[in-house]
Amino acid sequence: MDTLTSFPNPVRSIFEATRDDSVIVNIGPSHPATHGTVQIIAELDGERVLRTDVHCGYLHRGFEKECEDHTWHNLIPYVDRLNYVSALVNDFAYCDAVEQLMGVEITPRCRYLRTLLSEYSRVVDHLTCVAAGLMEMGAMTAFLYLVMVRDFMYEHLAALTGARVTYSYGRIGGLARDLPDGWLVRLEEILVQYEEFVGRVHALVDRNRIFIDRLRDVGTITTADALSLGCTGPILRSTGVPRDLRKDTPYLAYAELDFDIPVGIKGDNYDRYFVRMREMDESVYMIRQLAQMLPEGPINVDDRRCTFPEKTLVYSQIESLINHFKLVMDGPSVPPGEIYCAHEAPNGELGFYLVSTGGGTPYKVHVRSPSFVHMGAASRMLDGGQLADIVPTFGSINMIGGECDR
Amino acid sequence: MAAARDLETLQRELVPVAGAATVSHGCFVFALAPGELAPTARRLRDEFGFDVLLDVTAVDWPGDALRFEVVHHFYSTAHKVRVRLKTRVAADEPVVDSLGALYGSAAFMERECHDMYGIGFRGNFDLRPILLYEGFVGHPLRKDYPKQREQPLVPYRD
Repeated sequence: MDTLTSFPNPVRSIFEATRDDSVIVNIGPSHPATHGTVQIIAELDGERVLRTDVHCGYLHRGFEKECEDHTWHNLIPYVDRLNYVSALVNDFAYCDAVEQLMGVEITPRCRYLRTLLSEYSRVVDHLTCVAAGLMEMGAMTAFLYLVMVRDFMYEHLAALTGARVTYSYGRIGGLARDLPDGWLVRLEEILVQYEEFVGRVHALVDRNRIFIDRLRDVGTITTADALSLGCTGPILRSTGVPRDLRKDTPYLAYAELDFDIPVGIKGDNYDRYFVRMREMDESVYMIRQLAQMLPEGPINVDDRRCTFPEKTLVYSQIESLINHFKLVMDGPSVPPGEIYCAHEAPNGELGFYLVSTGGGTPYKVHVRSPSFVHMGAASRMLDGGQLADIVPTFGSINMIGGECDR
Repeated sequence: MAAARDLETLQRELVPVAGAATVSHGCFVFALAPGELAPTARRLRDEFGFDVLLDVTAVDWPGDALRFEVVHHFYSTAHKVRVRLKTRVAADEPVVDSLGALYGSAAFMERECHDMYGIGFRGNFDLRPILLYEGFVGHPLRKDYPKQREQPLVPYRD
């Protein structure tokens, strides 16, 4: 069919086959192990990977361009769709950036609640990553154990926010709503389930010869390379350095919490698996502390520049009606300025670079997404390995298409 | 607050690096001329311990004589502070030096900035599209690129 051949190739590889006996293979963009749409062009010598060229962008949907056309509030559902596995962390990082630009300080209850939900999201994200990574190596039982617990958490978050995956729960200056009755009781039940099933996965995998052979010394990256390539989060920590924004530049309520930063030994796939598993335990430990510390009080700041008035007042007072109207039509008024605000997302440093020229619409929104930067480092982990190792190594990087391609 | 004290000492030490420096929301901001970018980045890395290049992007200010502002963010894992370098370049020659020789992460992030704003990076020889595709015309994050413009690779069906 001539139409098929007449479409131009959307990507151009940086290399051609250099030897008579090497072969170029396309992996993805449509492949079950690419977790979305990433294309890896690999030059192979037998089954050994000589070099790779990683292409992303198949999921690019103009997020940053679209943001320049909406009010600050309207972006919250968009930022949910960056890392859609832990959408609440995106919400809170974005809201924190806007609040700092506006000079708004959130209420204590909101601060603790955001911290608790960030850690809960981290558990969900790591569960997904570890489960998918193990499934790709054939561990169906471990996958089902972890994803079952994840689904308890999804349902539990749906009881709070009304949605399973993309929550739109953060608000500039607070949160959409307070905890429903009994939410913390159910939380503890789920954490007990989590411990039960993660314990079983540890027993199945940690000392399992098959997994050690597939994971140990595979996809290794050194600390110096990881720093130079901009790696953050579990990838950097797996190389043995305890770099974590929650400790280094504490935000939300992290300064008041007791927790450790798990690190790996040599930055291979096994270390990344284990760092994620241990980080989940630390997150659960933090969630239990936060559930005890959670103060009573309002969840939204009393600031007419960003917080919506009570619905009953909107229908009874002209001032509140105008306030509501102005917030919807014009958006919250953010003073001119710029900010780079970073939170420790499950995958690494998630930064929002916002530029405001005043008014209700951002002038520029840029996301420093860990997945995109890690895709730039992926070649370093894939080159020199086996073709079959591309799948577990790629899985351990935990590329999320939504935030990588934006 | 150990972090705040570090910030003050660093500010004293850092100011001689380049022209005007301000602190904005806990981040040092330096406004540079294009020629100063690579030497400043090298000093930041070698003398002040800024070992991570976090991010490369740009801001478009149409109407300004120097239309594009290329923005680099750095992080020091030792001092736990961030630095932002802002380099203004003109629309007719939007080119700055690549930092690829200093930081491995520059290669990928400069490609994205080139995609979105058409900024050239002298010394980066791999500026193929990364988020866009081969043959895409224009730079979508420039303010004069209409949001609704479509460039489908495969024609839509009627």
